[in-house]
Amino acid sequence: MSELLQFAFSGLTVGAVYALVALGFTIIYNASDVVNFAQGEFVMLGGMSTVFLYGAGLPLWLAAFAAIVIVVFAGLLLNKLAIEPARNASVVALIIITIGASIFLRGTAQIVFDKQLHRFPAFSGDQPIAVLGATILPQSLWVLAGAAAIFGGLYLFFTRSLVGKAVLATANNRVAAKLVGINTNFVMALSFALSAATGAAAGILVTPITLTSYDIGVTLALKGFAAAMLGGMGNPFGALIGGLLIGLIEAMTAGYISSDYKDAAAFVVILAVLFAMPQGLFGRKSVERV
Amino acid sequence: MTLLRNPIRAAACAAVFAASTLAATAASAEIKIGSTLAITGPASFLGDPEAKTLQMLVEELNAAGGINGEQIVLVQYDDGADPNKAQTFATRMVEEDEVVAVIAGSTTGATMAMIPVFEDAEIPFISLAGAVVIIDPVKHWVFKTPHTDKMACEKIFTDMQARGISKVGMISGTGGFGKSMRGQCQGVAGSYGIEVVADETYGPKDSDMTPQLTNIKNTDGLQAVVNPGFGQGPAIVTRNFKQLGMEVPLYQSHGVASKKYIELAGDAAEGVRLPASALLVAEKLPDSDPQKPVVVGYKQAYEKATGQPVSTFGGHAYDAFKMLVAAIERAGSSDPAAIRDEIEKTAGFMGTAGEVNMSADDHLGLDLTAFRMLEIKGGDWTLAE
Repeated sequence: MSELLQFAFSGLTVGAVYALVALGFTIIYNASDVVNFAQGEFVMLGGMSTVFLYGAGLPLWLAAFAAIVIVVFAGLLLNKLAIEPARNASVVALIIITIGASIFLRGTAQIVFDKQLHRFPAFSGDQPIAVLGATILPQSLWVLAGAAAIFGGLYLFFTRSLVGKAVLATANNRVAAKLVGINTNFVMALSFALSAATGAAAGILVTPITLTSYDIGVTLALKGFAAAMLGGMGNPFGALIGGLLIGLIEAMTAGYISSDYKDAAAFVVILAVLFAMPQGLFGRKSVERV
Repeated sequence: MTLLRNPIRAAACAAVFAASTLAATAASAEIKIGSTLAITGPASFLGDPEAKTLQMLVEELNAAGGINGEQIVLVQYDDGADPNKAQTFATRMVEEDEVVAVIAGSTTGATMAMIPVFEDAEIPFISLAGAVVIIDPVKHWVFKTPHTDKMACEKIFTDMQARGISKVGMISGTGGFGKSMRGQCQGVAGSYGIEVVADETYGPKDSDMTPQLTNIKNTDGLQAVVNPGFGQGPAIVTRNFKQLGMEVPLYQSHGVASKKYIELAGDAAEGVRLPASALLVAEKLPDSDPQKPVVVGYKQAYEKATGQPVSTFGGHAYDAFKMLVAAIERAGSSDPAAIRDEIEKTAGFMGTAGEVNMSADDHLGLDLTAFRMLEIKGGDWTLAE
């Protein structure tokens, strides 16, 4: 029993990060149909910027805040310099641009920061909390709470604010949104900013547990993408469930079967789900109108 | 004719021509040494200090007049630990750069990919990678400087025997290094009366190993845990180990032998033991230790030249370079075959890894005494023996 709980804690912590990466994918996908493969790099930049700002003597909270601002800026630049000039290109071309951007960001991080692994102190110490024979780190609670807060905040933003509704309108029908006077360029920039901030927050929350280095983005982007596909691309709730599910499947497989099959198990489940429900667990049925 | 009518262009051409002639004359009094290392990429923590060490030593040697009056030219490439790239650069070094000897291969994968190239071209090759397969079976043109993973296992098990430990759990990385060392450890465990009672693995990019450690923790009769691997894995394993409140001794491999590991693992690293070269405890060695002047000298030179803390990986490059230079001096020529013969005759060489005595059937030349058992105390390395 206590081991099941231990595996679950492990799966939820890792899964919450996948969910946040998946959420980042979802935000940009909704606004533009583009799958932004530089999403993992936002997580990396968030963690690495905090490490170096904290190392430069800033208090941790200020370093974290500044890191989010830096990453949002990087997200806006990515949109302005790489996506916007090519907005008439096909979606596939845009996706390839984001892959290029992720390689560029990784290379830049290697030069601006360094190639070493890093971490900064956990927000409230490293003393594990014992729950029914299993242990959880205070930082894991921060990760879970942080993920919940980000999901809640974005939900309110999209459903309650006028700007948020404008993003949803653009997602639904770009041309119609333009016709009613929504500035779709602004919506694109906004979605990149939000997505970058989400990624950066994930990177900051998780670095004390998982450590960070310039090259962590690739794996995270892959897992986050898988989570988004599992949950249903474009559905924030699906991103949350997809991320947590993949995290839990990985932890359970590593615990009960063998760590060697961890990734395989996760992907077999994804294949099975997509085979039965091609649009993912909570995806909209896509209907092509002719 | 337009060329001559443009004086600037003509002058530039003349300069290029002059430079190329000069380079050609200089080349006759040069010894070219090739090197391709993982300066970037996942194994950059190996390749980076190795490359910096080589650059530092070449500069130092050339400033002091080179070898037998000839200057050293270091041809350096970055293979990013990719075996395919390493092989391409190996071919380039042989065919275009025409090097006389090679110090290369931060990882076992890259090394193994390059071996056929240098064997064919008959160029001596000193590898900086860990696994025992590089020199066992012996290859005519291939040498290596770091301790093998098998030796690390033997050192760990010797220490366990002394502490009365016989049942161990293993948690190994699935990267090349972890996989190879896991196999070696299981191979030699029996001869030390050690039984591996739990055997778990983790992927190189994994960020949480509590499930695997929970299984190890719940194994009956567990007395110690060994963690072969390098990079982020061991640091996370160490932190998870502490999180789960595990009380048995934790042994790491020489793959974590850099200050970065202690920094990343924090308090959780207290009491962790590992086999490593004397370099990590250079200043703490007794003055009577014959290795002390070598390791202290390299440590201070490296830290002064780069401003970074020394790691054992750069030490492997130091050993390789010093052995190679000594071999070229003894050979009195830059003929690859003569250099190879002299490297094989290396005896009584004191390097950062220990005393090297090579022979026709031992292209490593180190024994178990070269390893020190270290324990982490108060956030620093200390000698456990």
